[in-house]
Parts: sequence; C-alpha cells; structure tokens
Amino acid sequence: MTVGQTVLGAAPPLGVPLLDAHLVVDRGAFRLDLPLTIDPGEVVALLGPNGAGKTTALRTLAGLLPLSAGHLTLAGRDLDHPGRRVWTPTERRPIGVVFQDYLLFPHLSALDNVAFGPRRHGMNRHQARHRAAEWLARMGLTEHVRRKPRQLSGGQAQRVALARALAVAPALLLLDEPLAALDARTRLDTRAQLQQHLAAHAGATLLVTHDPLDALVLADRLVIIEHGHVVQEGSAATITAQPRTDYVARLVGLNLYRGRATGHSILLADGFRLTTGDQHDGEVFVAFPPSAVALHPGQPDGSPRNTWPATIAGIQRHGDNLRIQLTGPIEVAADVTPAAAAQLRLTPGQPVWAAVKAAETRAYPAG
Amino acid sequence: MRAARFRTILAAFTVLAVVGLTGCGGDSADPPASGDGVSGELTVFAAASLTESFKQIGQDFEAAHQGVKVTFSFAGSSALATQINQGAPADVFASAAPANMKTVTDAGNGDGEPTTFVRNQLVIAVSKGNPDGVTGLSDLTKPDAKVALCAEQVPCGAAARKALDAAGVALTPVTLEQDVKAALAKVRLGEVDAALVYRTDALAADAAAEVDGIEFAESAGAINDYPIIVLKDSANKAAARAFVEYVLSDTGRSVLTAAGFQAP
Amino acid sequence: MPRTDGEVARPTTAVPPTRTRRTGRTPVALLLPAALGLLFLVLPLVGLLVRTPWATLPQRLTEPGVLTALRLSVQTATLATLLCLALGVPLAWLLARVQFPGRRVVRALVTVPLVLPPVVGGVALLLVFGRRGLIGSWLDETFGITLPFTTTAVVLAEAFVAMPFLIIAVEGALRGADTRYEEAAATLGAGRWTTFTHVTLPLVAPGIAAGAVLCWARALGEFGATITFAGNYPGRTQTMPIAVYLALETDLEAAIVLSLILLTVSVVILASLRDRWVSAP
Repeated sequence: MTVGQTVLGAAPPLGVPLLDAHLVVDRGAFRLDLPLTIDPGEVVALLGPNGAGKTTALRTLAGLLPLSAGHLTLAGRDLDHPGRRVWTPTERRPIGVVFQDYLLFPHLSALDNVAFGPRRHGMNRHQARHRAAEWLARMGLTEHVRRKPRQLSGGQAQRVALARALAVAPALLLLDEPLAALDARTRLDTRAQLQQHLAAHAGATLLVTHDPLDALVLADRLVIIEHGHVVQEGSAATITAQPRTDYVARLVGLNLYRGRATGHSILLADGFRLTTGDQHDGEVFVAFPPSAVALHPGQPDGSPRNTWPATIAGIQRHGDNLRIQLTGPIEVAADVTPAAAAQLRLTPGQPVWAAVKAAETRAYPAG
Repeated sequence: MRAARFRTILAAFTVLAVVGLTGCGGDSADPPASGDGVSGELTVFAAASLTESFKQIGQDFEAAHQGVKVTFSFAGSSALATQINQGAPADVFASAAPANMKTVTDAGNGDGEPTTFVRNQLVIAVSKGNPDGVTGLSDLTKPDAKVALCAEQVPCGAAARKALDAAGVALTPVTLEQDVKAALAKVRLGEVDAALVYRTDALAADAAAEVDGIEFAESAGAINDYPIIVLKDSANKAAARAFVEYVLSDTGRSVLTAAGFQAP
Repeated sequence: MPRTDGEVARPTTAVPPTRTRRTGRTPVALLLPAALGLLFLVLPLVGLLVRTPWATLPQRLTEPGVLTALRLSVQTATLATLLCLALGVPLAWLLARVQFPGRRVVRALVTVPLVLPPVVGGVALLLVFGRRGLIGSWLDETFGITLPFTTTAVVLAEAFVAMPFLIIAVEGALRGADTRYEEAAATLGAGRWTTFTHVTLPLVAPGIAAGAVLCWARALGEFGATITFAGNYPGRTQTMPIAVYLALETDLEAAIVLSLILLTVSVVILASLRDRWVSAP
C-alpha cells in the first residue's frame, strides 16, 4: 500500500498530465518523434505497423533506451532529459511493465514473481509476499501462487505478469502487446479482465499493440504512429470514423483515398474520380467500408454512381464473410458473403465490376 | 640485472619444458636389420642426467661409424624402464640407478649383464656465489633454510636419503621434487636456498652460470652407479654393442668426466 | 470491427509445412563412431582394472599416505573450484555482457591455461608468486608470506589450470540466457547487482554447475602446475596425482591402486552432485 501512496502522492495536481513526454530517438535512418501525454487513470493505446517505433517508444519510457532529444516527465519528475543531462535508470522509475511474452522469472513461483517488485521497493519478505498474495487473489489466481511459470497456462501467466507490474503501484503502467501470445479464445476472456484492471489503475497506462481490437476495447485514447511519427490521435470514435492514412483505414476496416473535391466529385491522385454524398472543396479524404463495395460479373446498370472494372488479387476469410482484394484504377477491399462469392465463382485473377453507392462514402477535409 | 633475470626465466622454462615433455619422446621406426658390420639406426634410452654427454657421444659415434644414425630418448630412468618392459623399441638402455636397470633385467629384457660406466655424486646446489655461506649438510638444517630434495622414489632422492642418513642429519625439506632437474630449477628460480642434486647437473652448461655446487664429505657414501646394457629385443645388436663399447672407451669416458661424472 | 489476421487464410499461397518423419532407428553412421569413441575412452580404464592387484587392495587403501593425499586432493580441488567461482563467474559475466575494447584478446587470454603445458603454467606461477616473483617478492618483503611449497600454492595452481573450464561454461550459459529477464527485473526496481544475484545467476545456474563440475574434475587431476609451483611434500602439497606419479617411479601396482581410488572418489562425488542438480526444481 505504501508503495502506491508514495508514487501517486507525488502526482501533479488535477488537469496536469501524469506523463508528459516528447520522445525523440535517432537511430540512423530511423527517427522516432513522438509527443505523448497521459492523464492519471487514462489508458492510451499506441498503435502502429511493425517497425513504426512502438517498441522503441516503450523502451524509452521504461528507461531501457535513452532519448536522443526531447524529454520525459512522469509524476512531476524529469526522468530523461538529454538537454539537461538528466537520466534516471530503469530501476528508479515508478513504472511497471507487462512484456509481450511476460518474462516471468522461471526460477520463482508466481507469488515470488509478484513479490519481486515490492521487495525491491523496500518491503520485507513477509510484507512483499502478503502484497503479492493480495494481487494474485485479485487476479483470481489464489490456487496457483505456488506454481512455477512453466506450470501456468498462457492466460494465467499473463495475469501473473499484470499482477507483478501492478504490485509496485506504478505511476506509469506499460503493456507491450499483452494479449499477443494468447490463443483467440483465451484472449477474449483475458482482454475483458485486463479491461477491469486497467480501469482500476489510478496511474497512467500505455498499451502498445498492433491489434486494433485490443486498442479499441482497452484504451480511452489512441495514438497511431507510422515511421516514428504520429499520424493520427484521438478517441476510438473519431479514428474509426475518419481515418487519415491507409494504415489507419485498414486498421479500422475502411477503404481510404485522398483527393481534390469539387462539390460531390473527388478527383483522386491517379486520375480516378469518385462521387460522394458529402459536399466539399479542396483536399479531402474519402472513405467507405468494404461492405459498401458490391461486385458484379458485368457492368452494372442502375443507381450506383461509382462503377469500375477491377481484377481479383486475393481472397481472405474475414469473420463470416470473404474479403476480396481488388486491383484496377484504385486498390479496394470488398466484403462479400460466401454465398455471393460462390455464386459469382470468384477466383484470383478474375475480372469483375465493382460498384459503390455515393451515399455510402464519406468525405472529410484532409487539412 | 633485469637481463640476467630474464635469462634465468628463459632457462627455467627450457629446463622445465624438457622435463615435462621428454616422457612423450622416444618413438622411432624399427631399425632395419643390418647383416654384419655397424650401420643402420640405433635407439638409445638414456637417463635424463645423461642428456648433454650422450648427445655429444652420439655425434662422435656417428662420425666414427659412417652409416649409423643414433636416436636418443631421454627421460627419467624409471619411466624408461617401464617403457622398455612394455615393449618400446630400444636397442640400448643407460640407467641412472641400478634399481631401474634391475627392473629391466629381472623382466628378462637385457642381453647379458649390465656394465657400470660412470658414477655420479651429490653436491649441494646453491645460488651463484653461495650467499648463505653453505659448507656442508648441517648448514641446511637451519630453521630458515629452504631445501629441495628429490623424492625418494627417484634415484637422486634415494641417494640424498642415504647421504643424510650417513651424516646423521635430520633435514626437513620444503619439497620432494619429481626429478633432479626440477630440484635444480627451484634453486635457479630462487624458490629454495639449496637442493641436493647430482654434480653433473650442477655443472651442466646452462645451470653453471647461476648455480654453485658445494661438495660435501658425506656424498662419498651415496654415490650413484650408472649401468648400461644392450637390450634383448634390439633389432640392431651389432650397432648397440658398438655403442656401449664406445661409451666405455676412453673417448666416451672423457666426454662423461668432462660433464662431472666419475669413472667407476 | 475487422481483424487483421490476414496471414492465416490465403489459400492460394499457403503451403502445408512438411514435417520430417522421425523413426526410431539410429543411423549406423553415428552409432559406429559413437561406439568407437566410447571404447576409446573406456578401454584404458579397463586396462587399469585388469592390472589392479585386488588381493592387496585393502591393505594399500589403509596406508596412511594414501588417505592424506586423497583428503588433500579433495580439499584443494574444492577450494580451487570455490576460488574459480568467485573470480571466474564475474569474469565470464564481463566477457558475455560488457562490450569493451580488447574483449577478443581478453577472451583468448582466458583460454591460455588450456593450451599452456601445465608445467610451464607452474613455472609462470613461480615467476609471479614465487619468492623472487613479481608479486611474490613483494608479498615476502611486506608480509613475510611465501606461497610456493604451501597448500595455498596447490589451490592456486589448480585454480589457474581449471578456471578456463568454468569461465567458458559460464560465459556460454550467459550468452544463451535471455537478457530481457534482466530488463524485466530492472523495471521492477532491481539494481544491477540485485538483478545479477536474483535473476541472472539463477537463470544460468545449470551452466555454472556444469562449469564447476568440469573445473573441480580438472583441479582434482591437476599434476604439472602443482608439482612445479607447489612442489611435493606429503600432507602439505602431495596430492593424489603427484602420489600416483611418484609411485609410478618404483611401483606400478601402487600407482594403479592410487589412480583407481582417485577415479572412484571423483566419479562418486560427481555422480551424486549431478543427481542433486538434475532433480532440483
């Protein structure tokens, strides 16, 4: 208990973010430049494709990698500030980390794994074990306290790792792909539990993931980075409604294009023209879900304003439907039911006609 | 000063490397059978203390008998005796002690009776200039004196025991070395103040620069005989006999006495 | 909300992984040299056993010098192993975990005692720790300590020769260990020393144990450096290998008996330790 009070006792007054950082890392061709603030109790998800700099950002926060520039202030303390020659090593930062494959110490029981942190923070062995037992009970693992990590299932190990990170009452909790190592079924349960524990955590939480579902379920706010830079930031609702890059669009399952709008007509970069229901002038994004794309064996007649010939490049199962990747004047993903796919006898390389109703597209300013 | 120490170091390395490695030597091709006369290859197993003198004698012998090639294997006499009894191909065995010779002849591996060709006597080896002023065995019993002896299992140790008993001196050494060269090396390195070694070893060219050999009266009671013999399984007995005769000749003996050995 | 597990279902490109079939048969090409290797190692032991004078064995075992040498051997080998652990584990850690200029050279230097003839190693120790050695002369003048011909010298000689075995084993274990556990420990507030003692060491404990066993066995059999640096005196510096060597000068059977005792004791100790480590959780 004392640990938590100590750490959060140093928290800045309300309205000031608990974490205030500008993470800059120069590593040859790669440069991470990520401003990041997190409020007390807030869960922020850091999303991005592989190589975007998510792990680098997490490592700078944990003190496993020094910043090249910028600053990192947590609970009012400067932890890393190259400009002022300030550096706090990992073991003196008020943080907790849940690693991707948990990294539970194989030679220690679940209880001693969780007690490890409190012990290092000045508790005696008895107090630390007591604290650890409380946390494991909270995780529903009371029966497993004596087990070694290799005797735990994936979901149990994940909860032990979470308990271990939370047992030091960190001002900043870092989660690195916390559900990636689990199978789909376990992930569902564990995600739900994780959500409860994160909601109860009074400090700041940063969740690094490439799984948008984790991000949307667990986080209050999403920060999306590509090539080391923030490409979009905001609530789940904003981002799913108005993605601003291909990556984000794919992430939230939308087809996304950028172009120049004149009224309802948008001229895309490669000369293709889309008609939308919205009315704009100037640079815009236009987006529509794969389910809005209909496929036809020949040129369709009737209402759709946007039709074009395309070729099937790939077919994947996607939930209950099939997702069809199309090439042609624009790259498009289309969702069709298996029945429709069978009826159309869709195979890779096959030419089809694609159609999108103007009313199902959305355009919004790119500026 | 520094250079002198370096030479000491080098010399000590050489000595000990030889001591440590000689056990591995001694393999040679089977000597080709030569019908009559003295020719072909000859393998001589000789005690380590004979190294310098026998190398010289070997060269002289080869010069005197064109067509003979002499190969030596120098090692501790007991090791050589074991090798011979285990069937090592050798023509001549020169031992530093009658006991090791007896091992070979008892096993029936000798051809005829062994002949004593030289004797060796113990001296007290001390650092050059005799800094502690040692004059006899009794000086070695002083409390601070560090003395190396050979282990009693090897000839120089047995001889030392005999000499000490004869003198009635109770001496506690700091170490019982595995052979005479090792005992001498401890003096050369300054690790002990004195060691009982063979006079020939103290006089050997590489040691004489750093070591003085102090003669002592009681050594007469512990003189070591060196016997030599032609081996039964020799494939070149003519050459083997010629070599033994050469060692016993005046020419051979002069080389040995120059090295510090005494005539029997 | 779509999921992005696109890798899974791409029937056009997915190739089922071919599995190598495992059969119960052991290839002859391996079995033959393996059997030869075993014979090569075991036959000399058989040779010893064949020549063992079983009738006089009990009597020889109770000879006072034998037990003294045996006790000294076990004691010095154990002390040497402890010394190697105290100095070798940190050195192995340095070699495995710290980038510093000349690390390759240091690593090569560490293995020098492996290739150096032990007798030369003994001389080298004399030149450093001897009465007139680089450090030994200072020890002698300052504290009146002389190391050669003491039991300490036996331990030093054995440690010198055996330490590389420990270092190589532990360095290998450290290189194989996952350093991310150390990072995890740091995030939990553990400093470098605590991390080393509470995380790194337990993780590489099997490697350390294996290294210590090798180290102990090598120290137990050590002869050349010991007799050169520490000399030979019963009860003080005469270890079993030295007793064996000197027995060989006069009495082959005694040498064989001593060797068998040494072998038996070492095998029993190593086997019991191994069982303990293997059964440990």
